[in-house]
Amino acid sequence: MKLSVWTYEGPPHVGAMRVATAMTGLHYVLHAPQGDTYADLLFTMIERRNHRPPVTYTTFQARDLGSDTANLFKTACQSAYDRFQPQAMIVGASCTAELIQDDPGGMAELMGLPCPVIPLELPSYQRKENYGADETFFQICRALARPVEKTAHVTANLIGPTALGFRHRDDITEVTALLEEMGISVNVTAPYGASPTDITRLGAAHLNILMYPETGEAACRWMERELGLPFTKTVPIGVGATRDFVAEVAKLTGVEPKLEESRLRLPWYSSSVDSTYLTGKRVFIFGDGTHVATAARIARDEMGFEVVGLGCYNREMARPIRALAKEYDVEALISDDYLDVEQRIEELAPEMILGTQMERHIGKRLGIPCAVISAPVHVQDFPARYSPQMGIEGANVIFDTWVHPLVMGLEEHLLHMFREDFEFHDDAGASHHGHKAKARQAESIEEPVAANDPAVPAETAEIIWLADAERELKKIPFFVRGKARRNTELFAAERGVQQIGIDTLYEAKAHYAR
Amino acid sequence: MSLDLPRPPATGCRDTPVLKQRGQHEVFCGLTGIIWLHRKMQDAFFLVVGSRTCAHLLQSAAGVMIFAEPRFGTAILEETDLAGLADAQEELEREVARLLERRKDIRQLFLVGSCPSEVIKLDLARAAEKLTEQYAPHVRVLNYSGSGIETTFTEGEDACLASMIPVLPETDERQLLLVGALPDVVEDQALDLLAKMGIENVKVLPARRADDDLAIGPNTVFALTQPFLGGSLAALGKRGARHIPAPFPFGEEGTTAWLRAVAQEFGVDLTLVDTVTHAPRARAKKAVAQAAEHLRGKSVFFFPDSQMEIPLARFLTRECGMTAVEVSAPFIHKGVVGPDLDLLEEGPTIAEGQDVDLQLDRCRAARPDLTICGLGLANPLESEGLATKWAIELVFTPVHFYEQAGDLAGLFSRPIKRREALRLEAAE
Repeated sequence: MKLSVWTYEGPPHVGAMRVATAMTGLHYVLHAPQGDTYADLLFTMIERRNHRPPVTYTTFQARDLGSDTANLFKTACQSAYDRFQPQAMIVGASCTAELIQDDPGGMAELMGLPCPVIPLELPSYQRKENYGADETFFQICRALARPVEKTAHVTANLIGPTALGFRHRDDITEVTALLEEMGISVNVTAPYGASPTDITRLGAAHLNILMYPETGEAACRWMERELGLPFTKTVPIGVGATRDFVAEVAKLTGVEPKLEESRLRLPWYSSSVDSTYLTGKRVFIFGDGTHVATAARIARDEMGFEVVGLGCYNREMARPIRALAKEYDVEALISDDYLDVEQRIEELAPEMILGTQMERHIGKRLGIPCAVISAPVHVQDFPARYSPQMGIEGANVIFDTWVHPLVMGLEEHLLHMFREDFEFHDDAGASHHGHKAKARQAESIEEPVAANDPAVPAETAEIIWLADAERELKKIPFFVRGKARRNTELFAAERGVQQIGIDTLYEAKAHYAR
Repeated sequence: MSLDLPRPPATGCRDTPVLKQRGQHEVFCGLTGIIWLHRKMQDAFFLVVGSRTCAHLLQSAAGVMIFAEPRFGTAILEETDLAGLADAQEELEREVARLLERRKDIRQLFLVGSCPSEVIKLDLARAAEKLTEQYAPHVRVLNYSGSGIETTFTEGEDACLASMIPVLPETDERQLLLVGALPDVVEDQALDLLAKMGIENVKVLPARRADDDLAIGPNTVFALTQPFLGGSLAALGKRGARHIPAPFPFGEEGTTAWLRAVAQEFGVDLTLVDTVTHAPRARAKKAVAQAAEHLRGKSVFFFPDSQMEIPLARFLTRECGMTAVEVSAPFIHKGVVGPDLDLLEEGPTIAEGQDVDLQLDRCRAARPDLTICGLGLANPLESEGLATKWAIELVFTPVHFYEQAGDLAGLFSRPIKRREALRLEAAE
């Protein structure tokens, strides 16, 4: 047993629902107790879908336990087929049904329904949502895709986008445009928008674009082996990655690499002088493996940030993320416990967090700006406007998204230069952080403050801040003061200094200057 | 302004045959009750023993309520817990020890059963007993089931309260017990009205804190403030307490009838009741009338969700002038909602349980002006051109008693007003 409060991923059958809901003409019969229908509202509310997910739940209750649940499953299967007439069905069990061992796959097979029925084995007590999506899509491909004649001109499949995917809708549009510029058209996008009939045509493409390894890699590997379809390894998020992606597609297909960059604004925006203040901003990156890996490259190479920590919650990506962390000379955090993440963020005290919905709340608690780069996300990250992460427009979107939570360059300077000014005092805060500005309090003469307030780590409790140093510390802008305090205390502790005066403060500042 | 109660219909719905169907239920399980119960009981922690699905459900239902240190969590069962039962008890004890070590402020711990823990027959009752001994007197450990196989949505609160009743201390005092978790503001209004009527010694279950001097006995009478408390009603009966049947305090009429029933039990002069309630009744009537402008003559269809459907249908038909097409509840306990059924004019289909696809067919055929349903159905029905009101909000929002009567009507009129306000088609 493991105590958990917030989870980054749902159970694997939610992953299967993400595939089923993304597709058309497919129906999912889920052997599950009353209540598991809660997952429907993820799709109807967070993604704002205008239809019910194509899922029938058997809704067994306590009084059915024993012999009746098997019959309940068969009845549900038959009436789902009769009502929805799908081209294919997937059947499986949720965590509770897994315990009662009814074997939905076997039962459905014996029913002889007039459409392909694909059984799913999703181990609920070992694996999670992303695995569920990956495995479900792989099983659908394995059951339905067959070698077919290649299209006359060069075509590609887009593999991996699902329902409830972070910006999947707009990434599809962007990648389709990237390919079109190279004269490559899309054969099938799957699972998003594909029908079981479309799945049978996957083999007609010349290559697969693996958009999201988390949800499409197993299927791509199988198609590489069984249908001879190579797949791309670069995920085109960021300017550099998009260029590499175009080169990789060109190499795999033999077409001319072409990238229309006239709408690309990230490089110039990032070079313009207003962005100078971004240099060396210390960022912590957390999310799913794919988005973290791409974000790290953008952060370091395209925004000029310093990556001070990174990690992912999906164990499936642990190996590449560990390797990446080595490359960035930081320690990887592979954990699905948000308390671990919170602790690491507290230790690192970054100036910015790039993360998920959870990190946004951690950032809010700690007063650190945060931008969302990965699922799980809430309703506001399924926006009405066009906002891809991939390709040219994706890079533009990312620049804006990441810069907005930071104090704007000019504003940061004003806060520095006029910090004694009544309008730019500490409690005034930055204009875009939504809290009410407080009027400046008259300075009072303070007693020496023992460093035992809650903001100070316990191991430095014996270090005393002298009154003048404490006052000097207050002159440092609020958004870097926490770091200055930590650094000074660390500096003092390392040198065995018990009392911090102005000198210690500035010696520490010089020591940590970058 | 006359404040007489309208006459009850010649024949209410108490004896109307109930349409019972089974099939797919589009409802929450009882675990969801934790979301509002933990706000009410400020020193309680709810530990669900279940799967990742349970944790995910709580998270999805809690929505934006992400706290740094929430007072609920899930002990997620792992492969090893399923292999052998003996060691599951130890595992649970270890997790509880870790939890209580970190949260010294916790005085009541609820071990909440889920479908997986019920199916593998994990004995949470025994675990709760053992843990109570271990952590007495500082922490009391109780258990109840919020599993989907046994409970629907608000039945989770019922199961939770029913688990507390057997362990309450005994008293012979004549007292009134209000049963059901109400928002603090509503609870205070209710207590104030009762005090003005001279009814002293009123207690509330659940109490805000564990050290409240709540006790129970043969001279306790109780009134339910929520219609989903059938299990608590039975548990209170076992302790010798007596139920005051009444319509539920929704709207002006419901609140007045509820207060009158309580007053009668305590021998309060009805003229005093009228004096005390005169001003708030007038306010409630006025507020309801404003919202009801948009509701009058419109039809309403209830999907099953919280068991609040019957009293709410009574309020909407009698005080807002709506017509009910179908009123369905996950469970109908006539000993509890009987007085509301008596006031609900014959006509609507009364349904218990659900086969959601068949019910959707009926709803589409009826094309009601307003459909009350869960979040899984709301947007899909809106896209079919039906105005909906999502039902969960009725559980979270203060809707009981006089001062909230206008807000309650407003919850139903808002979707209709919005549909009328939006002009989204091309202007040609």
